[in-house]
Amino acid sequence: MLGSAANKSSYDSDHHHFKDHVSEHRLFKRRVVVSLLLLLAALLVLILRFHTLQIEQYEDYVTQSDNNRLQVRPIPPNRGLLIDNRGRIIAENKAIRTLSLVVERVDDLDATLKELSELVDISTRNTENFQKALKWRRRPYEPVPLKFKLSDDEVARIAVNEHRLDGVELTGQLVRYYPYHDLFAHVLGYVGRIDEREQGRFDEKQKQLYAGTQSIGKIGLERFYEDDLLGLVGQEKIETNARGRALRAVDSLAPQAGNDVELFLDIDVQKKAAELMQGRRGAVVAMELETGGVISMLSAPSFDPNLFVTGISSKDYRGLNENLDLPMFNRAIQAQYPPGSTLKPMLGLGGLENKIISEYSRVRDPGWYQLEGDDRLYRDWKKGGHGHEVDLYKAIVQSCDIFFYDLGHRMGVDLMHAFGEYFGLGERTNIDIPNERRGLWPSKEWKRNVRGLAWYPGNNLNMSIGQGDVLATPLQLAAMTVAMANQGKFIEPRLAKRVAGKETTKVVRSVYKGEQKNWDLVYKAMKDVVHSPRGTAQVLNKKLKFTMAGKTGTAQVVSIAQEGEYDSEALSERNRDHALFVGYAPVENPLIAVAVVIENGEKSSKAGAVAKGVMAAYLQNIHPLEFADVE
Amino acid sequence: MSSSSDFLRQLPDSAAHFSRAESFWRRIHIDPVLLLLLLLLTGFGLFALYSGSGQSLAVVKRQLAFYFIAYCAMFTVAQLDMKLLCRWAPWFYGIGIVLLILVYIVGVQAKGAQRWISLGFIRFQPSEVLKIAVPVAMAAYFSSRMLPPKLKHIIAALIIVGLPAVLILKQPDLGTSILIAASGLLVLFLAGLRWRYILGSFCLLGASAWPIWNYVLHGYQKQRILTLFNPEADRFGAGWNTIQAKIAIGSGGLNGKGWLNGSQSQLDFLPESHTDFIIAVLAEEFGFVGVVALLALYFAIVSRGLFIAWTAQTTFNRLLAGSLILTFFVYIFVNVAMVGGLLPVVGVPLPLVSLGGTSLVTLMLAFGILMAIATDTNKPSN
Repeated sequence: MLGSAANKSSYDSDHHHFKDHVSEHRLFKRRVVVSLLLLLAALLVLILRFHTLQIEQYEDYVTQSDNNRLQVRPIPPNRGLLIDNRGRIIAENKAIRTLSLVVERVDDLDATLKELSELVDISTRNTENFQKALKWRRRPYEPVPLKFKLSDDEVARIAVNEHRLDGVELTGQLVRYYPYHDLFAHVLGYVGRIDEREQGRFDEKQKQLYAGTQSIGKIGLERFYEDDLLGLVGQEKIETNARGRALRAVDSLAPQAGNDVELFLDIDVQKKAAELMQGRRGAVVAMELETGGVISMLSAPSFDPNLFVTGISSKDYRGLNENLDLPMFNRAIQAQYPPGSTLKPMLGLGGLENKIISEYSRVRDPGWYQLEGDDRLYRDWKKGGHGHEVDLYKAIVQSCDIFFYDLGHRMGVDLMHAFGEYFGLGERTNIDIPNERRGLWPSKEWKRNVRGLAWYPGNNLNMSIGQGDVLATPLQLAAMTVAMANQGKFIEPRLAKRVAGKETTKVVRSVYKGEQKNWDLVYKAMKDVVHSPRGTAQVLNKKLKFTMAGKTGTAQVVSIAQEGEYDSEALSERNRDHALFVGYAPVENPLIAVAVVIENGEKSSKAGAVAKGVMAAYLQNIHPLEFADVE
Repeated sequence: MSSSSDFLRQLPDSAAHFSRAESFWRRIHIDPVLLLLLLLLTGFGLFALYSGSGQSLAVVKRQLAFYFIAYCAMFTVAQLDMKLLCRWAPWFYGIGIVLLILVYIVGVQAKGAQRWISLGFIRFQPSEVLKIAVPVAMAAYFSSRMLPPKLKHIIAALIIVGLPAVLILKQPDLGTSILIAASGLLVLFLAGLRWRYILGSFCLLGASAWPIWNYVLHGYQKQRILTLFNPEADRFGAGWNTIQAKIAIGSGGLNGKGWLNGSQSQLDFLPESHTDFIIAVLAEEFGFVGVVALLALYFAIVSRGLFIAWTAQTTFNRLLAGSLILTFFVYIFVNVAMVGGLLPVVGVPLPLVSLGGTSLVTLMLAFGILMAIATDTNKPSN
């Protein structure tokens, strides 16, 4: 066949057969026309296809194209600062370098991680957190942090090798830094990495707000003022190529830094409190009378909140968590102690105001008190008692228990409860940090509902000396003392003076207007607790260059057996009495009130000494013109 | 030629009657209309290529060199006497088959396929030869037969087409195999293959779809077909090209994003943006308007080719010209449909626009033959 086509005549085509050229040509032309029609149909198909893609589905594909090329990167805002009452920064932001991986650009993740671990020290914890972070809250091409806080040396080692480590990124970022370390730990709280649980709780708006932000206020002021401190996230539209490399910023919206929070807290006063509480467990709260501002709030022992900022190591965490001294426990607002005798001035005033007693009421104190029809002896802390003629003044100055047993017995729980409420007992003070405990200021209803028991007459006696079921936080005691020193005006304590430059609102919860002479009696007694030679805190008036008033207290940690003797040596250290002191200064024109609890401190005068030091620091530093040299 | 009212008959049928300009083009064996259209297309192609290659002047220069060689080849082949081509057709075809067999013996392997013969300085793909040789052989075969063809001639023709097609399919190179088969079958169609055969073979093809799927197609070929229907199933693998091409095309809209402004192509989202997928670049940057303009240009070229076939003087010329130009359109259709997501991704470049030396030269050889036919002064003997 091929051979026949190959000879010359085949071109002329009529060698073998008769050929009808006309009909053949016509046939060909028909086929060409058919071809043309098919071809036009095919063209039409193509054009319709492109019409569908380019005209009908245009919007859809433009979106996809933009999604392809544009990556919206959030720019986290700078967190607002926390500033003390004299403008000094106590929580700031510090630049750190972070080693991150853009997983999409890494060829072999395991190999890269291995290589990195040869360059810098990468702990198993780093790797664990990294793997965890890979699993949640991630957009494609978003760098996932592997290690925070690289040293200059590590940064250099990475930088030198970066060219051959695809997907490895060194990024700078600002993280929270607490320059005073453990000094303000409990009150400031700290920020920590946003964890899965928090992430899960975020609503859509929060998800947006926290885009690009690694950390969130966990406790303390950082948590309470989170919304103010956080700021507004900015964003940057970055054009990226198919491999995710950023080419240029197309559009950006600057972030808005968080608002600063100016506090009443004073670094010098806090330092003094910390110094005096060194080596002790307990709490100090100092408040300004005029404003209700908290000048010092200390819980001892403390910890360094910087440990938490980029994620605390399990070793550090275990160290804090398993410490018997509970360094992470904020004793100032969460520890509930029996307030003991610190309640006496307030209850004494209540007795006067309710006409249960008068300034002339006298009680005989043989060292014990007995209720009618009750065998139990209610003892005075002083063996042998305070004598035959104990009045309210003496009962406060010398902290006579028998006088108050009698008062409590006659007032009854209802009156005591109602009066104590004016001074904030049993209720949260509503301070501006979270997790405050409410203490316990018993009532008949409480006992029936919670304990399922009736209120016994003996309960009145315990309540009258701040024992039994009564519990209060150091903050409540400070707030009560403010109300006492302020002639009955209860101001809710607050830490923030100004947020975003705007004054916070002072909240006066209640005002108890008592008779002036009653106030004067109580004030005189409280002053003489310190200034009289018979006062329970008279040791404080040595070299005292300002006047202070107050009340000591001791709180039993274990009940002493009925006939038992208190023997501190025999008790283990942790079973010894708590030492308490509440007070204010200066007496003539009260400016500051302080409450101090030293756990197992035994001698309330130790607590008084702390209060005295804090008051002195306050007067000297905050009112330097009047109190240049109080110490 | 017999007298007829057919308008073709009114054309002058001897060189003596041509105008001076026409006789000039006839003497240098160039069809000026076709040449102009080709120049327009290749010029347009350079712009698309510059953009599609990520604005690489080197690529554009390389393509310019290819164009130069290809145009030279076209001009050279245009001088060919069609009588000689017809006579040499069996040899030409035979050499092609021998080369294809050689590929199996001494062929160079690349990317899992054995398609090349290395001549030391250059790699050479014998299947390209068959793109011309098969239609030439088919046209030559039917030019000496009575038309429409009888069954035995059809069977003979199928062997002529089938032998190289199967050899190339085994390399494996499905795309080229189909295109070569198409070029041969188009001759059969133009030769007047009866409609009952055509319909019958379509039915047969439909019936054999299942065995072809199971026994003929390679795994990756099946994958490509499946990907066509559901590109999302393999977003970052086989589906990537299809998805990204569709995004590029769709986001071009009516007027396009402007030359060099296509984000899909400029930012590397679109793979093979300067080779097989170049029309996606065009669609993105010049929009629907640009695509239609390109298709119009192609249509003009094909129309001119069909006109040449229509007016060709001998059966050989007619069949060959018709087949070559229709095959050219098949190339266009397959490429555009593939990029547009209508056909599976087979490696077919956009004719005369995609970067590439060999296919360009082959295509221009075909256009050279078309020009030779357009200017052929051989008269058919009656």
